[in-house]
Amino acid sequence: MPRRSAAAAASLERQAPVFSALGDSTRLRLVARLAGSEPQSITHLTEGTGITRQGVTKHLRVLSDAGIVRPARKGRETLWHLERESLEAARRSLERISALWDETLDRLKKYVEE
Amino acid sequence: MAVEVTDRIEKKVFLRAPRARVWSAVANAEEFGKWFGVDLKGRAFTIGATVRGPVLHEKYRHLTWEATVEEIVPERRISWRWHPSATDVHRDYSKEPTTLVVFELADAPGGTMLTVTESGFDRIPLDRRDDAYRGNDSGWTQQMVAIEKYIGASA
Repeated sequence: MPRRSAAAAASLERQAPVFSALGDSTRLRLVARLAGSEPQSITHLTEGTGITRQGVTKHLRVLSDAGIVRPARKGRETLWHLERESLEAARRSLERISALWDETLDRLKKYVEE
Repeated sequence: MAVEVTDRIEKKVFLRAPRARVWSAVANAEEFGKWFGVDLKGRAFTIGATVRGPVLHEKYRHLTWEATVEEIVPERRISWRWHPSATDVHRDYSKEPTTLVVFELADAPGGTMLTVTESGFDRIPLDRRDDAYRGNDSGWTQQMVAIEKYIGASA
């Protein structure tokens, strides 16, 4: 079996929590919200979510630990923005699996059509 | 940006074969193994059963393919759960989250429309997914190229 280099493995493992962090509908909504906008404050992000500011803060922390969002100070405010690279990595990994399914289903096609 | 896209894959493929033929290719374990690349001789897919067999690809013969059947609706739908990239023989995957693979069949003019979905990726760590084995060498090569690109991009 091919072995990845240690550096490659370490780099991938850094991204590992991305998927579990996204496996929550509130967090997905926060990410979607940040995806379509400029960096936003917690006050702004809490509006219309139906959950408390503390709740939003907790979710942002999970996303931040996974490297999906990042806080930045702006004056007295903390603004949150999206780390697009993490989401890109998640998307690319899915594309690879998708390509493997294409190949597998090609074999099925040959098998049933022969 | 479509955020939810990280959780599932959906494939639709038209097969120029009758539905009964396609059904036996996906629901008869022995037949399934032939094109999927697993030796499932003497095995059967039944609801709730965990089916195991050695991977046929010569590079991966040390690996055991394993799936637990969740649902069988004859000639319509079969689904099973698996660990999509259980390629480390020293690791115990039993406690880790699985993805759900669903094969759905429908009549189509001149053949059968097959829809395959795999969902639940959001709970699978990224490092694990990259090892996904699908019994294909060029697939693996593609993966390695993709991983290298990714490493390069995030370094």
